[in-house]
Order: sequence, then structure tokens, then C-alpha cells
Amino acid sequence: MNIALLLEMAAEAAPDRIGLVCDGKRWTYAELLSAARGAFELIEQSGAQYVALLDESSEAAVIALFGAALAGVPYCPLNYRLADTDLAALLARIAPALVIGDEERVQRIGGDQGHTVLSREEFALKVQETVPGDDDRVYDPGEGVAVQLFTSGTTAAPKAAILRHSNLLGYILGSVEFAAADENDAALVVVPPYHIAGISAIMSSIYAGRRMVMLPSFTPEGWLALVAQEKVTNAFVVPTMLTRIIAALDAGASAEVSSLRAIAYGGGKMPLEVIQKALALFPNTGFTNAYGLTETSSTIALLGPDDHRAALASDDPKVRARLASLGQALPTVEIEIRGEDGNALPAGQPGEIFVRGDQVSGEYKEKSALIDGGWFPTRDAGYMDEEGYIFLSGRADDVIVRGGENMSPGEIEDVLATHPAVADACACAIPSIEWGEAVGVAVVVRDGHSQPAEDELKELIRSRLRSSRVPDRIAFVTELPYNEMGKLLRREVKKILG
Amino acid sequence: MKPGTRLKSAACDTEVMVIRTGGGTIECGGAPMGEAKPAEAAPLSADFSAGTLMGKRYVDADGLYELLCVKPGKGSLSVDGVVLVTKDAKPLPASD
Repeated sequence: MNIALLLEMAAEAAPDRIGLVCDGKRWTYAELLSAARGAFELIEQSGAQYVALLDESSEAAVIALFGAALAGVPYCPLNYRLADTDLAALLARIAPALVIGDEERVQRIGGDQGHTVLSREEFALKVQETVPGDDDRVYDPGEGVAVQLFTSGTTAAPKAAILRHSNLLGYILGSVEFAAADENDAALVVVPPYHIAGISAIMSSIYAGRRMVMLPSFTPEGWLALVAQEKVTNAFVVPTMLTRIIAALDAGASAEVSSLRAIAYGGGKMPLEVIQKALALFPNTGFTNAYGLTETSSTIALLGPDDHRAALASDDPKVRARLASLGQALPTVEIEIRGEDGNALPAGQPGEIFVRGDQVSGEYKEKSALIDGGWFPTRDAGYMDEEGYIFLSGRADDVIVRGGENMSPGEIEDVLATHPAVADACACAIPSIEWGEAVGVAVVVRDGHSQPAEDELKELIRSRLRSSRVPDRIAFVTELPYNEMGKLLRREVKKILG
Repeated sequence: MKPGTRLKSAACDTEVMVIRTGGGTIECGGAPMGEAKPAEAAPLSADFSAGTLMGKRYVDADGLYELLCVKPGKGSLSVDGVVLVTKDAKPLPASD
């Protein structure tokens, strides 16, 4: 079962329907399939063991994904924001590859690694020229790895997470209805091609028959303009993008967004104020929070549009609280919260989120992280309420262990956020001779407020939580470090507090 | 038979991909399906000619068989003479 089947079926059912719009160029499903088959030829000729993309989103991302699938080599999009040394190391790990994108950079940092390098334009031209004859090509049956993504490690070298055709197909066939999209539907794809959401967006849009409208580089104005121009109906954003879109609207940016029926978000924690504001600014749009990981082929739980509106409108604090939840598990996976002893915990008790299902890979090139029974430890800490709504408390491995007591940084940060002078806060473990680890916090002071006294913040935490949560060290900083997906880099804060 | 095997109808144009199988004989239009089309088309049985729709998944009552239609056709799918039904797609909000 090869993921190329998704494009083959779309091209079979609606060959002349527009499947992709990028930089003004429109591609039908038939043209995309033909280009993917052209890419297959290029890959075979080059002898490449991987197909890498070092570029923003474009038609190359779509063609390379399916071309690699047909050729039976992993598609490995790379993060172009990495520093040269880090990128060179990743290129070395996938050599020899067909690398599409920043030709100059690849030649400069990895020119001796045996790669075949093409610019995006050259690749697009070549795949359209190189069309094979019908029926005499043997395409890969899809029993191996379809996608390899290097996960953003904040300490050790990145791990190579692998997703097999079976994982990705399991996810798409289980969650998307074939050709269900209306002919006028359009999905705005702006999340980077090296993020799992960028890849699953391509597959689900194609299988649903929903035209993809790509925005290679995000700006809130560009996003709003494209929504209006292409009458976009669906969009996926990361929380920081939504924050910036809201800010642009508040600042008076003109917006024709009446076509937007659905906005999905994920990839990082969504601040409650932002989603509340978004729900108010887009009253006719359905919002979906999608929780998932690279290792799980993206979404494993979601909080749908009805849940969002119900939570916003509810008087019941338990239902209102769900606006900050990850929603419920997809029907095709099982999710459990487990304690340190590995046993499933009852509702309300915090532990680590475990998941199991066809779409769950949990495999890295070097080893599998799956444990008995096919369960994958997400390393995310959380708990479930009685109706299966999952709440995230932070990363299990960012837990602060002070005198043998486990503490979630999120708990402390939430309390600090209630202080009017605190705009943002990060709690992490700092070394302590007495306790092994102690609590350190980095605080960003809100514009227009004066820096609060340290004792005031300590007292706030003592009164709301317990004395053990009171930080030993407080650092006031101008901003906290986030990666481009909006994830707070706690390891970096650790260094600041160090 | 492995998941991922593609089967072709002997009686019509229908093609399916096997997602799950229980080991019985998978049929379309009343005739057994195979990985290759036979030289001569089999007759399309009137009892199994309700058609197979592209992109739909077809299952048996016990959940042992699941077939994805990758090419539509006039015949209907069955296993050992028992007609398969379409699997209810639980439409989720688009999350990607």
C-alpha cells in the first residue's frame, strides 16, 4: 500500500480538477500525478537513496513526496532554518540524496557528499519533461519508509523519525473521506514542509479532493490576502500565526474572510486568550485543535468546532475548561494516561500520554520507541477527564524533580501568568545542592508595567500552590525563546537561569 | 493475502485494495477477484450488480474484511457469496 495511491485515486476520479495553487500556477490532479511519475524517473536516474527538500512550501513539496513514494525511497524534508553545521550533518546522514531547493547552500556545505542537487524551478521543469511510457514502470509496493523527519532535539543530535506507508495510509484512510470536498473548497497550507502537519495536509487535501493553496512564507497580511483571493475554506495554523493574524485584524488590516469555514491549529500550546479572541473574531468559522506528534503521523486527538463553541458558551466550569484541552482521542487510536509504574491511571490523575494505533510509528532509524503491545510514550505529561478530554501539563521530561517531588512547570507558569505585570513566564529545573533540582523562572514583564518585586512573585506562588513550588531564582528577561513552530524552548531558558 | 494487495474484478472494471482479509474468497459481480484480470470476462451476476463506488470502504458484518475501492465498477463486492456493505465514514473536522 503506497501513499502514491492517494494521488492516483484523486487523478482517476477528477483528473482535470485543480489540486494545487502556488505562486499563481495551477496544477490539476492529473498534472501532479504526471509530475510525480516524472520525479520517479529523476530519482531512479540519480541513484539517490533519499529525496530531500530544502525549501519553503511549493509544488516541489507535493511532487517530491509522491515521486519518492513511487521510487521507494524516503522523503526527507529538511529545516532550512538550521545553522550550516547542523544542516551539513543531516545532509551527511541521508547521502546520497536528490536535494531540491537551495542549490547554492547544499553545494557549499555538502558539495562533497554525493548529492544530486536541483533548484525548485529546475525540478519542476525536469519532472514535466521526463514523462515515462505507460504501464511499463514498476513502482514501489510501499512496504517501507515513506517519510523521514528529523525531530527537533533540544539537547542531543536530532533523531530520524520514520513513517511507513502503512502508518500514513492508516491515518488518512481512517480520518478522511475520499473526494468528500466540495469543488469550491480550498485549503491554505502555510505550515513548513519539514513539519508533519505540512505533509499530512498535502495527503489529506489530495485524498479529500480539496484544492491546496500554498503560502510559501507566512505573514498575517499575506495570509489574509490569500484567503480572500482564493476564497479559502480551510486553514491550518500554528498558535503563533493565529496570534499574529488576530493582531493584524486588531490593527485594522482589511480582511475578506467570509469563505473560511474551518481553522485547525496545532503544533504548540494555544494560549486560552488567543483562542477565545479567535472564536469571537471569526464567529462563523469552526475551530479544531489537533494534537499529534511526528511519530504518530500527526493528529491523534482533536477538539472539534462544536466542543469549542460549547465550552465557550457553557456555565459548567468542567465544560468551559475543555477549551484548553486537546480534545478526545480519534476513534482509530487508543490513548492512555500512565503512571511511572506503567499502569493506566484513572480520570483526573496526571501522568504520561501513551498512544497506540495503525498510524502510530514511534520508530526511529536507529531504534523503536514502542513498548509492549505497540504503545508509544509521547513524553507529554497530561491527564484525562471522565469523558476522555485530554489536558496537557507539559513535557514529561521537563518535569522538575525537587527533593524527590515531581513538579510540572506549567502549573507554576499558569500562576505567574495571573499577575498583571507578567506577560510570559517559563519555569524549569535549576541545580540545587540541597534539593537536587530547584525551581527557576524566567519572567517577561508586560509592556507598560514596572518589574514586580521578586518577593511578590514568590508569595503569589506560595499562596496558590505550595512552598515547594517557590522559585529559588527569578530572572527577568525581555523575551522567551520559542522555535518557529511556537514551542517554548525550556532547555534554552535553563541555560539562561543556569 | 497481504494487506495492500490489489484485486481486479473478472466481471467488471472494479478494482480494490485489500486493507484486511479473513482468508475467504473475495468476489465482485459474483465472480472471484484476482490480482490479474482473466483473458475472458466472467458474466456479471444480477445478484451482485449494485455497483462499487470509488473511495468507499467495504466491510463484512464480523469486521474481518475491509476493501478500499480504487476503481469503480458495476459489480458489487462479496465474500463467499455474502454481500459486503460500505463502512460508515465518521467524518471528522478537517484537522490538517
